[in-house]
Amino acid sequence: MSAAAPGPGVGGGAAPALRAPRSIFGKMKDCETAFRAALLQAEAPVPRGLVDGLGRPAGRRYAVYRNNVAVALREALETGFPAVAKLIGPENFAHVAARFLRSSPPGDPRMMFYGAGFPTFLAGIAPLARLGYLPDVAQLELALRQSYHAADAPPLDPARLQGLDEATLMGARLVPAPALQLIRSDWPVLSVHRFTLVAGAPKPAAGAEDVLVTRPALDPQMHLLGPGAGRFVAALLAGAPFGDALEAAGDGFDLSATLSLLLSAGALTDLFLPRP
Amino acid sequence: MFDATHALPALPGVGYKAQHFAPIMADPAPVGWLEIHAENYMGDGGRPLAQLRALAERFPLSVHGVGLSIGGPEPLDRDHLARLKHLLGWLNPASFSEHLAWSTHEGHFLNDLLPLPYTTDTLARVCAHVDEVQTVLGRRMLLENPSSYLAFAESTWSETDFLREIARRTGCGLLLDVNNVFVSATNLAYPPRDYIADFALEEVGEIHLGGHDTDADDFGAPLLIDSHGRTVADPVWALLDEVLDRAGPRPVLVEWDNDVPDWPVLAAEAARAGATLTRVAA
Repeated sequence: MSAAAPGPGVGGGAAPALRAPRSIFGKMKDCETAFRAALLQAEAPVPRGLVDGLGRPAGRRYAVYRNNVAVALREALETGFPAVAKLIGPENFAHVAARFLRSSPPGDPRMMFYGAGFPTFLAGIAPLARLGYLPDVAQLELALRQSYHAADAPPLDPARLQGLDEATLMGARLVPAPALQLIRSDWPVLSVHRFTLVAGAPKPAAGAEDVLVTRPALDPQMHLLGPGAGRFVAALLAGAPFGDALEAAGDGFDLSATLSLLLSAGALTDLFLPRP
Repeated sequence: MFDATHALPALPGVGYKAQHFAPIMADPAPVGWLEIHAENYMGDGGRPLAQLRALAERFPLSVHGVGLSIGGPEPLDRDHLARLKHLLGWLNPASFSEHLAWSTHEGHFLNDLLPLPYTTDTLARVCAHVDEVQTVLGRRMLLENPSSYLAFAESTWSETDFLREIARRTGCGLLLDVNNVFVSATNLAYPPRDYIADFALEEVGEIHLGGHDTDADDFGAPLLIDSHGRTVADPVWALLDEVLDRAGPRPVLVEWDNDVPDWPVLAAEAARAGATLTRVAA
């Protein structure tokens, strides 16, 4: 290393008094640890030992990093939950996101999966309680994102369902596609989602909605399910045989419409027949 | 490990954005290669991977990681390294690069590239991390110089010496981000040309360009922010001339990650890099 080389910590003639007393490992770790610990705390003081090019205290230069972290994580949440962001407005969203990212920072660098705990977190925020549907809207947005990134799988050939005798069909297990997601809500969750993001969408009416998310090709699609279909798909997702799922669906269930939707949307990938 | 298939062409490239898929597939000129962020392609399937497979059939690719936290004191995340190995395994890109920075704290990913002090101790741990990455991936990596807004008083190495020594000890190559040089030099009050003169240009396998924003510090001094949200500034283009005059033609990438423009705007930036490369090669 050359003494004349430019660069942080060497160029600029830092005043000796501002340098750390000795570059021992413990001291070094202290400054780094303080740098890291203060990043997610807006009110924490700027760690000591950080300087500008002239050896003066770094001051708001440190805030650039703190701000970058906060903005990057908030924007990741905004990208993942656009309807939630629009429903509560940018100021509230920034506030909620700041609280969430402090309590639940990402567990790994795949930001596409960040925010799995956001719906539950929203449900625990008292001032948002009047928007009772908000956690379910967040759950739907999470389901769309998971579907978007889910594994590809060739769809089940409908011909394999034809010609089965009743006992065989009732004992068969239908395998859901990795991209299939089911949201069962006490709120008109799909109507609220559309009303929020789609211009001209009708105003939501009160009532529960079950929503199926499928990915026939590369774009996830949302389908409003008819009576009983939510229970039917929930049973399939839990691994129940066809007959049990049919029983769970109950009265008013339109099997043919639901099967037709599942098959045409590529929501099923395989069929396991019962042992004879 | 150093075979010729693992090298990018000395042409302009751009950081790939999904919204540019159609125009790039229709007419990529003047772009000769593309760079992707590794972490965006660690899902299980769907459109991102479908697009990546299609791009890989047409273009040399560079995989640029933002999540390994090579500069951090914590052990590398083995799960993340395994995901990276999987991606590089099936994609077999021309290049893999990461940053002289850290991004993970106590197991939490902070989604930003954060600075480290340059000391003999941090040098040892960065080298150990680079060794581990290259061993697990079975290939040479490039390490990128950061953009800095401050310095650690305890640093005893210059950044250029620190990077040269990492390359010497580990055999890794370097990625020289010329915008980062300009941003850091302005923010820390040293001449950017001195940094270039002192940089191990013989190890540079790729060059980055990007736009920055201008702010001010507590004393009213200029504080440049590495925002990747606008065109490359003129002094950065001038610095690219200087680098290529010294180093000869290298792969030059234009990064534009925020407020991403329509394809023609980004293609024009790449064309400007291409013109510089043509002039240097002549």
